[in-house]
Amino acid sequence: MDTIIETKKLCHTYSAGTPFERKALVDVDFSAYRGEYLGIIGHTGSGKSSLIQHLNGLLKPTSGQVLFQGKDIWSDPKTTRLTRFQVGLVFQYPEYQLFEETVYKDISFGPKNMGLDPKEIDRRVRSAAYFVGLRDDQLNQSPFELSGGQKRRVAIAGVIAMEPKVLILDEPTAGLDPVGVESILGNIRDYHQANNATIILVSHSMDEVARTVDRLVVVNDGQIPLQGTPREVFQYGDKLESMGLGVPQLTRVFHRLRAMGVDIDPSVYTVEQAKAAILAKLGRGAE
Amino acid sequence: MALKDITLGQYFPGNSPIHRLDPRTKILTVTLFIVALFTAKSFITYGLMFLVLAAAIAISKTPIRSVLRGMKPVLFIAIFTGVLNLLYSTGTHVIFTIGFFTLTWEGVFHAFFMVVRIMMLIAGTFLLTYTTSPILLTDGLESLLSPLKAIKVPVHELAMMMSIALRFIPTLIEETDKIMSAQQARGADFETGNIVQRAKALIPLLVPLFISAFRRADELAVAMECRCYHGGKGRTRLRQLKYQTADLITLVLSVLVTVLVWYLARMGL
Repeated sequence: MDTIIETKKLCHTYSAGTPFERKALVDVDFSAYRGEYLGIIGHTGSGKSSLIQHLNGLLKPTSGQVLFQGKDIWSDPKTTRLTRFQVGLVFQYPEYQLFEETVYKDISFGPKNMGLDPKEIDRRVRSAAYFVGLRDDQLNQSPFELSGGQKRRVAIAGVIAMEPKVLILDEPTAGLDPVGVESILGNIRDYHQANNATIILVSHSMDEVARTVDRLVVVNDGQIPLQGTPREVFQYGDKLESMGLGVPQLTRVFHRLRAMGVDIDPSVYTVEQAKAAILAKLGRGAE
Repeated sequence: MALKDITLGQYFPGNSPIHRLDPRTKILTVTLFIVALFTAKSFITYGLMFLVLAAAIAISKTPIRSVLRGMKPVLFIAIFTGVLNLLYSTGTHVIFTIGFFTLTWEGVFHAFFMVVRIMMLIAGTFLLTYTTSPILLTDGLESLLSPLKAIKVPVHELAMMMSIALRFIPTLIEETDKIMSAQQARGADFETGNIVQRAKALIPLLVPLFISAFRRADELAVAMECRCYHGGKGRTRLRQLKYQTADLITLVLSVLVTVLVWYLARMGL
């Protein structure tokens, strides 16, 4: 597979040389492939936020490298700046970064900073607004009049409008109701499919990542102890639990069944897989 | 980000004798220290003050590096004041004259002492905030100022405002950091350009910051009212301040040192 962004022996130490010194990342080798939907999970303080802030050059590695399309993003200031636009990062609770008078102006902040011409900016703002499901008449409203969920859509549109090749979202569904969660995840999937963009979804909810991502990277104590397809990762239920993560509810049921002595595949995490596994088991039992 | 590395006014938890002193003792001692600093005039008196300060830093187990870092932000002001003193002092022991400018030994000493005075002032107050938690500090201040209640000064309210302000400094710094990163991720540039461009670049940072500060203030007010906060009247404390023997000794020593410095200065030493 074609690697789009990777880190090599990435280390980051906060407040080096003070009593508050803390190692956030230790020798991390991370890679994301072109066009994949990747999930990063880890509990609070595991280093996942530090990792993603390295991917678009917001944090400078204490040691090690970050390569975007094979090039070190810190090789010169121009590359660093370009990477910011190519690797879009949506922070946690992004609605708190809105500042413009109108939704339209706020979404156009990123494209404007890229130095695009007005026509292209207009196209991008409208297409980004379309992806997150904002109506045309909402573009002229003040972002502060919108509801919390809509504010978040505006903020996500503000990053999508830069049309990044890699879109990183840090807990994009935190604090939303179930309908809001589904709709935001749907918007992200639409962007993923329409632009063949790489999506990196950061979350601590196993259930959420389990049904959205192709591949999972587990971050714990500044390292990556596990990675692979959700199926592969969920086999290590005990290990995940010791990291304070646990597995999706469905998987837990199947792990428990197995512990009770039922010979069943423990790596399922969707309803379809569960159905197939149970039917397979019952079918065999009927023989 | 450099914002997080600001040490001025930061509290660092510890368990040294200085940490354990009553905050009122520390506030009074620092006040006396400042008074003494301003009466000191010579190498002997400044030397004495320096020894006291060094001893306090040693007892508090504060790393020298932290103290130096704490003084860094005022280094410029100190040196600037020093240079001004160098230029505008008059005296009789002339070293050399260039045009209008005459450098005298008095000027050199004056400037030197001024820089030393400012640096020691900062180091002393730094030690106070370094070894005293903001809550204890405001509690101490409230207790020291409470006699003013007699003339209707809202001492409790002022202390509460101060502790809230202190409490929110780290939060706001963190918030600034976060918003800055978020805007940089959208290509905002805070580091280059001329002064007008830089000022304009701050809008995407300041607007969200103000909005969140107001939101926090609002939430805090509601949370305080939910817990029936209605000012200082009848409010009891979890931590009662009590003077110990160590406080008595510290206060007596500080008074002695201050009087000694004042006496020496009067004797022309």
